[in-house]
Amino acid sequence: MNIYVCIKQVPDTETKIKLNADQSNIDTAGIKWVMNPYDEFAVEEAIQLKSKTEGATLKVVTVGPKSRVTDALRTALAMGADEALLIDAPESIDTFNTAKALAAAIKQEGEPFQVFTGKQAIDDNAASVSQMLAEFLDIPHATVISKFEKSSDSAVVEREVEGGRKEVIVLKGPSVVAANKGLNKPRYASLPNIMKAKKKPVKEIDLASLGVNVDQAKLKFTHFELPAEKPPVKMLEGEADQQAKELVRLLREEAKVI
Amino acid sequence: MSNVLVFLESTNNGIKKSSLELLSAAKNSGRNVLACAFGESSKAAAEEAGKYGAAKAFICSDAKLNDYNSELYSALAVQAIKDSSADLVLASSSMLARDLFPRVAAKLDAAVTSDCTDLELTADNINVKKPLYSGKCKAQVELSADIKIVLMRANQLPVNELADGTAEVVELSAPEIDLKTLIKEVVKGTSEKLDLTEANIIVSGGRGMRDPEGYKILEPLAETLNATLGATRAIVDDGWVPHNMQVGQTGKTVAPTLYIACGISGAIQHLAGMSGSKVIVAINKDPEAPIFKKANYGLVGDVFDIVPKLTEEFKAIL
Ligand SMILES: Cc1cc2nc3c(=O)[nH]c(=O)nc-3n(C[C@H](O)[C@H](O)[C@H](O)COP(=O)(O)OP(=O)(O)OC[C@H]3O[C@@H](n4cnc5c(N)ncnc54)[C@H](O)[C@@H]3O)c2cc1C
Repeated sequence: MNIYVCIKQVPDTETKIKLNADQSNIDTAGIKWVMNPYDEFAVEEAIQLKSKTEGATLKVVTVGPKSRVTDALRTALAMGADEALLIDAPESIDTFNTAKALAAAIKQEGEPFQVFTGKQAIDDNAASVSQMLAEFLDIPHATVISKFEKSSDSAVVEREVEGGRKEVIVLKGPSVVAANKGLNKPRYASLPNIMKAKKKPVKEIDLASLGVNVDQAKLKFTHFELPAEKPPVKMLEGEADQQAKELVRLLREEAKVI
Repeated sequence: MSNVLVFLESTNNGIKKSSLELLSAAKNSGRNVLACAFGESSKAAAEEAGKYGAAKAFICSDAKLNDYNSELYSALAVQAIKDSSADLVLASSSMLARDLFPRVAAKLDAAVTSDCTDLELTADNINVKKPLYSGKCKAQVELSADIKIVLMRANQLPVNELADGTAEVVELSAPEIDLKTLIKEVVKGTSEKLDLTEANIIVSGGRGMRDPEGYKILEPLAETLNATLGATRAIVDDGWVPHNMQVGQTGKTVAPTLYIACGISGAIQHLAGMSGSKVIVAINKDPEAPIFKKANYGLVGDVFDIVPKLTEEFKAIL
């Protein structure tokens, strides 16, 4: 019985983003790479499901450049995944091909009992791969989930939607669920587990063997630009009531937003 | 001339402003404007869309579509896109559309991009940009496919004046599929306010509001401005307010015209979620707080002195 968790490695949230000279992309030199924060919730939930499911194997899968993404896989292995699949792909691979590659790899590895992902990666904020993956696997999906309960033939999830609305959804059979913050509290890997993780298997998979051609991308990012400098802040003077009066005047007359 | 299909979302007050922005952009481009909407509200939406220039509206007014079901919605969206022969689909980057359209794109071998902030649309050209790395940079998005789907953030584009016009209504029947996705329950939200991601004005609080009681002084201010309340992760993690109110890298990305940050230090992960706001006001007792670097207007002082005064001042003019 296979449980899969799909993760992405992204720049740490503190990372300063610089562009390369011709502004065709970001300059990746000096970036500290980490597991996408939402994927930590997915890994944790997958580990919890595994511990409740007899005979389950938890496989963590990632798509990305081999030179760096192994670290993210090791983190998931140290948290509790059993095996890792590394689909070696160039930095520029798009969401469509990523989902195609994940689906093909999962089909090769064996029928899923359940698939987890994070709700979005904080680098390109696409929030697309989970749904595409579900379509390619021909199974249902639910995104932004904050509760997950699995029985042998279905899953019940809760998703938070706009304005505090909550939906409780039943997904029959295997499904892809995309974890939101609040789903659980991801564990830290202990030192002994980090050591053990180094011995767990990481299987490398070639993109071409999955039938994915990265030259046929549907999305390409070009013409990168840094945000325009904001005009310097206007600090308001005086007592609270004077500041309040002045702010209301400026918002009305200068900024014209109220 | 090419056809553009606009996916409409409605509230009790009609089509959402975020969808009207897209109808307007579609109309102004000179392309043929078509619309689609699902659920009982879709009849009214079709009529309203006509007044914004939609020539035809593909709807499914079956009550089965009132609540979002990804399987039913994706099957209908695929049908609407095919029937409309659209080569471009525009939708707001709402939670619903973000869940729906990647699946639709996978079904149609289409290109989809979400969370976009810039759209230049003419009869024969499209230029889309989106922020990357939490707004630390922006890039142009090249979409290569016969069908392109662009999901735009709210509050990025102007809305046209209402005009005369009617959309021809095409009623689609609800798909008969053996559903694997079942809605068991929908718990209505406590808030009638616009969601953070669509709000025009946001009043947001951080640890400087002292405690959950202290945070409450933001409510009358938000009420006066008809604003939606937001929060930092610090106070979400401490359980003052629920996670759906969190703004930032691991919360919501917002783009209001006015963002009022009260007792918020301005950590990089918070800025990541709100630096796209048009005008930022920061109220903080520490003149060195990093939030002032991102703000347009800064008020140094105690939130418990300033916020009540500000509420009074707004009340006086609004
Ligand atoms: C991976 C990761 C993801 C994160 N994601 C997010 C995210 O999505 N959103 C987010 O917000 N944070 C996020 N954070 C946390 C972030 O780093 C900060 O810790 C957090 O934003 C700080 O919240 P705060 O401004 O409320 O609190 P503080 O940093 O404690 O700031 C409180 C501010 O209030 C001011 N203040 C205190 N009393 C008063 C008073 N009486 N009147 C006026 N001002 C007063 C202080 O001067 C101070 O500037 C993330 C962190 C990490 C590591």
